[in-house]
Amino acid sequence: MTNTTILMAEDNPNDEELTLRALRKYNVSNEVVVVRDGQEALDYLFCAGEYASRSVNVQPQVILLDINLPKVNGLEVLKRIRADKRTRTLPVVMLTSSAEERDRFAAYEHHANSYIRKPVDFDQFTEAVRHLGLYWLVLNQPPPAPRSGNGR
Amino acid sequence: MRTPRTTIRRKLILAIMLTSTTALALAGTALTIHEVTSLRALLARELATRAAILAANSTAALAFQNPEDASQVLAGLRTDPSIVAAALYDARGGVFATYPMGASAPLVPAAAGAMGNRLERASLLVSRPVMEGNRRLGSLFLRSDLRALDERVRAQVMAILVAVLGSMGVALALSAWLQGGIAQPVRILAETAKAVLDRKDYSVRARAVSDDELGVLAEGFNDMLAEIQRRDAELEQRVADRTAALEASNKELEAFSYSVSHDLRAPLRAIDGFSKALLEDCGDKLDQVGTKHLDRVRTATRQMGQLIDDLLNLARISRAELRRERFDLGAVGKEIAAELKRAQPEREGVQFVIAEGMTVVADTQLLRVVLDNLLRNAWKFTAKHPTARIELGQHRDNGHRVFFVTDDGAGFDMAHANLLFAPFQRLHRQSDFEGTGVGLATVQRIIHRHGGQLWADGAVERGASFSFTLSEVKS
Repeated sequence: MTNTTILMAEDNPNDEELTLRALRKYNVSNEVVVVRDGQEALDYLFCAGEYASRSVNVQPQVILLDINLPKVNGLEVLKRIRADKRTRTLPVVMLTSSAEERDRFAAYEHHANSYIRKPVDFDQFTEAVRHLGLYWLVLNQPPPAPRSGNGR
Repeated sequence: MRTPRTTIRRKLILAIMLTSTTALALAGTALTIHEVTSLRALLARELATRAAILAANSTAALAFQNPEDASQVLAGLRTDPSIVAAALYDARGGVFATYPMGASAPLVPAAAGAMGNRLERASLLVSRPVMEGNRRLGSLFLRSDLRALDERVRAQVMAILVAVLGSMGVALALSAWLQGGIAQPVRILAETAKAVLDRKDYSVRARAVSDDELGVLAEGFNDMLAEIQRRDAELEQRVADRTAALEASNKELEAFSYSVSHDLRAPLRAIDGFSKALLEDCGDKLDQVGTKHLDRVRTATRQMGQLIDDLLNLARISRAELRRERFDLGAVGKEIAAELKRAQPEREGVQFVIAEGMTVVADTQLLRVVLDNLLRNAWKFTAKHPTARIELGQHRDNGHRVFFVTDDGAGFDMAHANLLFAPFQRLHRQSDFEGTGVGLATVQRIIHRHGGQLWADGAVERGASFSFTLSEVKS
């Protein structure tokens, strides 16, 4: 089952604050869970460590994933999301500073749903976040929840 | 390597044979001449002796005027078949007796002639006086046939000829055996050189077969091969080292670009974002001056963001592999022109003139960057004129195709033309025309990577023209 939570993996507090600010600006009321590194993102998704008490059946509506993350980088997190039956269908939006071809290529190769480069210009940035929220939270129909409840 | 038309072996045999044959022929000829002369001399001596004996035996017959005795004496000549005729003459010179009996002229002279030896065609003629004491009784004539001599000469010459031919045969066998000492090492050397060339294998060595100059040559040849091998190895090592160093520095550069793109942009985003947040959240506490300052902070931030992007682009272009394909520059130019017009539809006075048939073989993406920069510049620097003409075309110069983008806009002072293509160098104020000064540097790098040249012409307020060539590649 998916709820309306947004999972944001972002290690830069400034970017986190600016993203939240942009989301707020367009009245996105969904709960935003912020994780600061790749390991924490995986813990959240697979209910380990700090998030052990969470149910693996409840997954975010969309994941905003930075590439340059401490411990486990964003591309690796994406790979593990796609490798696991329970999370394989989750919409993942790469939200990153990198415009490098190899990052873009790697992201799509591991089946990212979207790749958005964070613009320096805050006006453009808010515009990007607005589109993103509108598309992934309102327009886009999320995949149906996996049938089996025991995590296979 | 070509195959020789003749061989050293053949040349050596030929040289030896020519030399020995000439020597043998000369020696044979000399020997023959000597043989002939000495045989004739011997014959003359023999004949003289016989004549002396005959004359002595004839004195009695002449003294007693007995021709029968004289004929008897002459008949004794029968034992020598080479003497064909003889005659005795009396003191007055008349014929006294002949051999054979009754022989006459021209076999024997009708009267006694001059004394001495004489050669007449195939005969040797001897005349000598017949003396008794100091009294001359008459004279004797002998005709010896030289055919016998000729036979002897012929036999001698044949013997010499056989000797010469035999010697030549021996010389041929000897030369065939001796040439091996020279031709064989040379052949081995030639075969080795061919093997090296054919197989590009410098580890092949010539066998050292002789201790003469050829041996030295083979040794030198081997040393040369060793030297080439050593250099090859050295060069390969050097190339490998350089490649490794280059790869390392490329990797470093890539890592650097990567971190620049992430780490430099993140704080800029924060500066711009929080400036905006400041304006939004605390705008009421700021006066007009404060608001303006914050606007400037944001403008500068965005400029720096653009600069970082341009620089990364420049670095990427230097590294990117060229992917050449055939396409029409004009078609790309038209797309860019349409894009520019779409972005600023209010600039109706700008006319684009784009030539047809500018097919090139080059990296499409990179050439698009070139045309985008040049056409965008032309678009930008004609902005202050109500009407403008921007042309993309080609012409031929010394057989090379030259492409150009020309405008009639703000232009530039040729005195500063050398600064045009250096990164961060700008000939216009930011307040007049925006830009980071990286565009033309990028264009130049792309053109250079295509093996071409880029140059500019212009005059203030008279427009600018950028020309470039591309190395012609057939595909």
